[in-house]
Amino acid sequence: MSPPLWLLAELTYRCPLHCVFCYNPTQHARLQEEMSTAQWVDVMRQARALGAAQLGFSGGEPLLRDDLEELVQEARQLGFYTNLITSGVGLTEARARRLKDAGLDHVQLSFQDSTRELNDFLSHTKTFELKQKVARLIKQHDWPMVLNCVLHRHNLPHVDKIIEMALALDAEFLELANTQYYGWAWTNRDHLMPTHAQLIEAEAVVQRYRAEFGTRCRILFVVPDYFEERPKACMNGWGAVFLAIAPDGVALPCHNARNLPGLQLPRVQDQLLGDIWARSQAFNAYRGDAWMQAPCRDCDERHKDFGGCRCQAFQITGDATQADPVCGKSPHHDKVVQLVRQAPAGRGQPIIFRTDAASRALHPEN
Amino acid sequence: MNAAPALPISPVAPEAKAPNALPPFPKLSRLYRLQYEQVQSAWVLLYPEGMVKLNDSSAEILRRCNGERSIDAMVADLEILFNAKGIAPQVRELLQEGMRRGWIV
Repeated sequence: MSPPLWLLAELTYRCPLHCVFCYNPTQHARLQEEMSTAQWVDVMRQARALGAAQLGFSGGEPLLRDDLEELVQEARQLGFYTNLITSGVGLTEARARRLKDAGLDHVQLSFQDSTRELNDFLSHTKTFELKQKVARLIKQHDWPMVLNCVLHRHNLPHVDKIIEMALALDAEFLELANTQYYGWAWTNRDHLMPTHAQLIEAEAVVQRYRAEFGTRCRILFVVPDYFEERPKACMNGWGAVFLAIAPDGVALPCHNARNLPGLQLPRVQDQLLGDIWARSQAFNAYRGDAWMQAPCRDCDERHKDFGGCRCQAFQITGDATQADPVCGKSPHHDKVVQLVRQAPAGRGQPIIFRTDAASRALHPEN
Repeated sequence: MNAAPALPISPVAPEAKAPNALPPFPKLSRLYRLQYEQVQSAWVLLYPEGMVKLNDSSAEILRRCNGERSIDAMVADLEILFNAKGIAPQVRELLQEGMRRGWIV
C-alpha cells in the first residue's frame, strides 16, 4: 500500500463568498464543529510521518482561521510543501507578511471571471477589485501564484480575457477548472452546464495561448468530464495518494465522500491516521479493483482511470460501485448525456447561492 | 473555495514549443523545491499542486543546479560520483527535459 502523499486540510467550511459552484457539501451549515490548533498540528505530524509531502490549506476560506500562520509554520518545519488555497478575502498585507515569515510556499487564488460583473454575481460578493489587489500582494511576496477560475457556460466565452488577466497579474500557473458537479455545483448544474461548442472553442483558445506564451504561464485545462467518453482518474485512485481532513476531523478519501452511503467515516479524534489510512473500512471500500463490477472489472483501462469517480457513480446511477457513468462503456452513460441535454430546460428554477440559509433549507431533516 | 484541487501527481503542464538552449549555469526554478523524502527513499521535486519523484541520477543532476556550476563542472563531478565516463549527453538530456518542464532556468 502506498502512503498518503497529499494532505488536504479543510480548516473550515465557513466562507465569506457564496459561489454557486462550490464543491463543499451543501450541508455545511449543519457541520459547524472545527478542530483546534493542537488537533490540526497533531494531524499534520501524523500525516508527515506517514509520508505526506504536499499540504493544501483549504476550506471554506482558510484565512478565517486566526491560527493559519501557526499551522503553516508548523507544517513548514515538518517539511511539507505548503499551499494556501484561498478566495483572497482576508489576505491583508500584515497577514501576507506573517505567512511569508511562517514559510508558506505557494498561494492559489480563485477568480470567478475576468469581469467584475460576473465575478461579483457568481460569488454574490463585491470581491473583484480585492482579488486583483491580493494577486499583486502575492507577487510582492514572491510566492508562486496559481490563479484558479472555475469554468461554466457563463464565463467560457471569456476564456481569452481570463488568460489575459492571468498574464497581466504574472501568474505562473492558471488553472481553468471546468465545473465538476459536486456540492453546490451539482445543485446548480443546469445553470452551469455549457454546450459542447463552447468547450471546443475555449479549448482552442487555450491551445493558442499555450503556443504563444509557452512556459511563462502554464495553463491547466481541467477536463469537462461530462463531455468525455472516458472518466477522470479521480484522486489517482481511492486511498492511493489523497487524504482529506474535514473541519470536524472526519477523514475522507475524497472531499465529497461524506455523501456516499455505506461508508463508516473515521475521525482523527478517535483513531490514529495510520490506522485510518491502512485499515479503516472507508479507505478500503474502493481501494484497488476488487470492488469493481462490469464493465470496469474486465476493462483494460481500469488501472489507468480506476473506474472514475465513486461520488459521480453514486450521484448519477445510485450505486457507488458502478463505473463512472461519464465512461462511454457504462450502461448508464445515457444519463450523463441526458443531464447535459436537459440542462436548458431546468433553468426555470432559480440559481442557489451557497449560504447558510440555503444550506439549512436543503437539509431540513438534521 | 471553489474548484476541487488538482490531482496531487499530475502531468506537469502544457508542452513548451522548441527546446531552448541550455543556460551556462543551470539553476532550479524558484517554483520548485527539491527535497529528500524518507518514506519514499527518494528525492522529489515539489511544486504548486504536484510532486515528481526523481530517480537517483536525475536527483544528483538537479541537486547540482545551483546557478553557480557550469554544465561541464557538473558533468566532471557526476562522473566521479557515478564512477563513469562520457555521461555528458545524458546530463544535457535531463537538463533539456528539466527546462521543457520548467524545473530549470
